[in-house]
Amino acid sequence: MRLELTWIDYLIMIIYFVFVIGIGWFLKKYMKNANAFLEAGRSMPAWVAGLAFISTNLGALEVMGMSGSGMKYGMLTAHFFWVGAIPAMIFLALFMMPFYYGSKARSVPEFLKLRYDEKTRALNAILFAVMTVLASGISMYALAILMENVLGWPFDLSLWISALIVLCYTYLGGLSSAIYNEVLQFFIIVIGLLPLVVLSLQDVGGWAGLKSSLAPIATANGYAPDVYTTTWSHAGQANTNPMGTAWYGIFFGLGFVLSFGYWCTNFLIVQRAFAAENVNAARKVPLIGAIPKMFIPFLIIVPGIIALVLFNDPSKNFTLPLDASGKPIYDYTIIMLLKQYLPAGVLGLGITALLASFMSGMAGNVSAFNTVWTYDIYGSYIRKPTGNEEADGKHYLHVGRITTIVGVLLSICAAYIATKFGNIMDFLQTIFSMINAPLFAVIFLGMFWKRTTGHAAFSGLLIGFLSALLHHGLTAPVGATTLVKGGWITVLHTYPVEMAQNFWTAIIACSIATLVTVGISIVTKRKKSDADLKGLVYSLTPRLVEENVPWYQRPSGLAVIVGVIFLVLTIMFW
Amino acid sequence: MVDIRIPIGFMFSILGVLITVFGLTTISDTEMYVKSLGTNVNIIMGLLMLVFGLVMLYFAWKKKKA
Repeated sequence: MRLELTWIDYLIMIIYFVFVIGIGWFLKKYMKNANAFLEAGRSMPAWVAGLAFISTNLGALEVMGMSGSGMKYGMLTAHFFWVGAIPAMIFLALFMMPFYYGSKARSVPEFLKLRYDEKTRALNAILFAVMTVLASGISMYALAILMENVLGWPFDLSLWISALIVLCYTYLGGLSSAIYNEVLQFFIIVIGLLPLVVLSLQDVGGWAGLKSSLAPIATANGYAPDVYTTTWSHAGQANTNPMGTAWYGIFFGLGFVLSFGYWCTNFLIVQRAFAAENVNAARKVPLIGAIPKMFIPFLIIVPGIIALVLFNDPSKNFTLPLDASGKPIYDYTIIMLLKQYLPAGVLGLGITALLASFMSGMAGNVSAFNTVWTYDIYGSYIRKPTGNEEADGKHYLHVGRITTIVGVLLSICAAYIATKFGNIMDFLQTIFSMINAPLFAVIFLGMFWKRTTGHAAFSGLLIGFLSALLHHGLTAPVGATTLVKGGWITVLHTYPVEMAQNFWTAIIACSIATLVTVGISIVTKRKKSDADLKGLVYSLTPRLVEENVPWYQRPSGLAVIVGVIFLVLTIMFW
Repeated sequence: MVDIRIPIGFMFSILGVLITVFGLTTISDTEMYVKSLGTNVNIIMGLLMLVFGLVMLYFAWKKKKA
């Protein structure tokens, strides 16, 4: 499964790295204080922040994982990009962004502090900081392993070099540099993967040819012939589609709880919108990001589906590496397709696209970690602002720079821990993925119900998280061999697939967090006055005046456009 | 701050020229392009990137002038 690169491929890669670091170097002179470094000076145009918004999410694990899922589940994977993203992004833009941006909070934990109290902020900030470092370590580990297996690069070398490049440009230019590079990365990912989609589709005889080649494979697996090219048609029952999930699990679990938890509260993502130049630009950020998001399935899922056809056709000579138990490792789908179709030159471009996707994910983690650590942990508990704005700005800039280095070093440590204790890292990651669902409940109630109190929010977050943990400890997917997958207390219920277990964990965490927050809010008294909450709560904030621009440039008009494209795609691939 | 279209424009123009030239020099190498179903993808992608890069630079230049 080795892939041979030639001088031209390396040259393309090097030119890309020169530009990546060059952008950081160019932005260095603008980094005069913490505000410029950690918040990009709130100066980004909507389209730049919008593309960065989507690019941060388009990490290497996403690109590799989703094309692998395309091979396993077919077009059903597009649910993660359509119903599992678009409604949440529209909701964030129209209903939540006015309060996030208008509150002047510099981070999600800081929003919790302004809306609720110090302890709620502390809980969220600490969990977020740990989760971010872990996530970036795990993706570094995955990338280094991939490069070792496929390109033969030594593990340590690819780990340190890629970390060093990300460190260079985030150290020099902070969040602005991360955002600018994410835009560059977005285009290189699209252009780098484009020839793969066109060539592989041509090889199987276009969309019609793909459908007819998939029919016998679907039938052999016991499904309807068109199961791999449709999204909702066979979601009536869990056992009639390869994802093993029925429509209500997809609709409520993925489309509501998981996606709203992720897109509306994950600071990694919403930080890009916080950096926009004004509130209307901030509201347009998720909507501008939503447009490319809806088309990414054609770039990464469709090649994955084609890989399924190639895999079942011996004449195509397409193989995937096998794991210890003899099952194909689906995460390698995209890279094996690159090997299958791309000659030297465009191959270098494709590999550069994968490296770029990895870097955008990692830089996103580092810049978010930076802001939360500097403002919410260091600036709140270790050295509070002195009141002298200029001196504070310089001091926190300095802290932010050091935090960048520390953040990258911690991620490298996490990557090495993952090489030794892979299971523990998987487990921690599963646990931390449980933070977002209760967080959404707490932030949503905070924005739209003025009675919600600080004690209630803190308990909602904590109990929501603990109940997710309990659910994970009491249930397991069928055939789970390690306790990492769940059932580490005892197995009371078995789910047909892991995804169903994840959906239900999120649904339970979110519902319990809501009940607890509402219940405790009724019996406790709010400490913040109505005046304190102006700009943070819907009923206490004056309505926003829409800009005097053509309808399609307004957030509401843009939301209609996004909604229509979403509906058309859903119907086309029903 | 810097207009992001400038570095994007330059990078894609440079890569576009590089990949197009590489495609032209390998034009007779049919064996190399068996993988890509006989198409010289380097020339096509190279030109596409060059056009994209120039369009980006054009918009950056237009904005600067205005």
